Amino acid sequence: MKVAIVQFKPRKGCYTENLAAATQAFAQMGAQGLPDLVVLPEAALTGYFLEGAVYELAQSAQHCARDLAAAWRQANGAAPVELVCGFYENDAGTYYNSALYLTIEPDAYRIVHVHRKLFLPTYGVFDEDRFLSRGRRVAAFETPFGRAAILLCEDLWHSIVPTMAALKGARLLIVPSAAPGRGIDASCAGELTSVTRWRELLSLTAGEHGVFIIYAGLVGFEGGKGFTGSSSVVDPHGVALVRADALDACIVRAQLDLREIDAARANLPLLGDLNAVLCDLFLDDELPLPHCRCDASSR
Amino acid sequence: MLPVVEAQARYTDPPGIDAALAQRWLVAFLREELVTRRGMSRAVLGLSGGIDSALTAYLCVQALGPESVYAFRLPYTTSSAQSLEDAALVVNALGIHCRTIDIAPAVDGYLKLEPDANARRRGNVMARVRMLVLFDQSAKLDALPIGTGNKTERLLGYYTWHADDAPPINPLGDLFKTQVWRLAEFMGVPAQLIDKAPSADLEPNQTDEADLGISYPRADALLAQLLQGAVDAQLIERGFDPAQVRVVRARLDRTHWKRHLPTTAMLSNTAINEFYLRPVDY
Repeated sequence: MKVAIVQFKPRKGCYTENLAAATQAFAQMGAQGLPDLVVLPEAALTGYFLEGAVYELAQSAQHCARDLAAAWRQANGAAPVELVCGFYENDAGTYYNSALYLTIEPDAYRIVHVHRKLFLPTYGVFDEDRFLSRGRRVAAFETPFGRAAILLCEDLWHSIVPTMAALKGARLLIVPSAAPGRGIDASCAGELTSVTRWRELLSLTAGEHGVFIIYAGLVGFEGGKGFTGSSSVVDPHGVALVRADALDACIVRAQLDLREIDAARANLPLLGDLNAVLCDLFLDDELPLPHCRCDASSR
Repeated sequence: MLPVVEAQARYTDPPGIDAALAQRWLVAFLREELVTRRGMSRAVLGLSGGIDSALTAYLCVQALGPESVYAFRLPYTTSSAQSLEDAALVVNALGIHCRTIDIAPAVDGYLKLEPDANARRRGNVMARVRMLVLFDQSAKLDALPIGTGNKTERLLGYYTWHADDAPPINPLGDLFKTQVWRLAEFMGVPAQLIDKAPSADLEPNQTDEADLGISYPRADALLAQLLQGAVDAQLIERGFDPAQVRVVRARLDRTHWKRHLPTTAMLSNTAINEFYLRPVDY
């Protein structure tokens, strides 16, 4: 399975111009060997920090899918591909930070899945919850490469989300992201603290569940805040197969041997162990889950 | 006996910096703000002879090349001769354009109408005349004025509002003064500028640390923890002098307004920056 990540530097608010830049990247892939799966970062076609402009720029998933399919075909004709892209979604007046998974075939395209970001960061520099609604579930869905799930940026910072995706059968986690860089201590060793955190999260998550993770990071500066790229593919042992630089736009390519998933899970069967214990963990009536509240109130 | 491994708290140390990483990040920031976002290639900055503007010049040269950096020395009658010489050191080391414009006629043209103006007012007038010159020169040269203020002075309110803070972009504004020193060392700014006592140079023999009542390393250590939510009692437990905690806390708390745009009376549900919210780069 061949993957290409477009480590994208959008021009703020310029949807059409960004789509043209994506088309150029797709054409470059055509010239250099077509991938099976292409992944673009979170908010790739508009830029991330939009504030109220999100209501001017958000598109329906259908609109975004149509534009991406047209861009791919303009670049590569009838060549098929699977494509994931982060975008701001307008669903009949409700707005989400979303990513769609699109299958493009020679004579048709279809939206396989739309993931709406569950965890909207709203602290410090972030203000997503002010402008957007949150998604309600993480889903695993069928792809030609096995079951996959999309997690958007902070979704991955809550270990329960990739855990649930893996429990639902996802063998491939696709993570479009827009991560503003910060942390420049003397102990950084050439890497921002926030980048280190991401690198560790990706490695630990992939290794714990025995999944491939494809991480697509936005780059460029928006109002002084620089996004940290570092797009990467991490194998089910937790080892990065490839990792891009933090600052520059580029295309990241990797070939994934999906058989490694079973090998990794056989060597470190943590996901199987979790499956066995999961019910006991979630039936714990000290957890703040609805059935527990009923129990608590009857006590 | 077992060996003991004990955590070493170093609360009173100023925050450190990975200088190579900071340099790379700030150079990328300058290129993106000027070239990518604005389609510009030239930078204008005032070169005071101090470390902040010197380091900014070094970063601008890395981002744009020396031929695109226009430095201005803007002395007033009371400015120290040493400041002019130190600024010249930077110009000669970098090979950037430099022009010296005496601001005394402009400053005195106004102040002769206000002979009783105290030192603070006079200093503010000088700072605002410097801002006026830099913005006018930026229009003449089709260049962007670059701010040079550091995080420490921004947090302590130790600058003139709508003067030092006026340029549209600022590479050093999230670096404490002690981090500026470390980055300047790393980038090869002449040691003479790093070692001398920082001064606003608005009055003879003025130094920042005397004005502020605390050294920069101590102020930076205090501010770094204060910004992360440490309360005064914690800071005193961690080895800071109670009087200095009070000084820094008071300066921070009474200057929040200085770090914002002017307050506008809100009358509608489309008030700018209250309801109508668009990012600066939109």
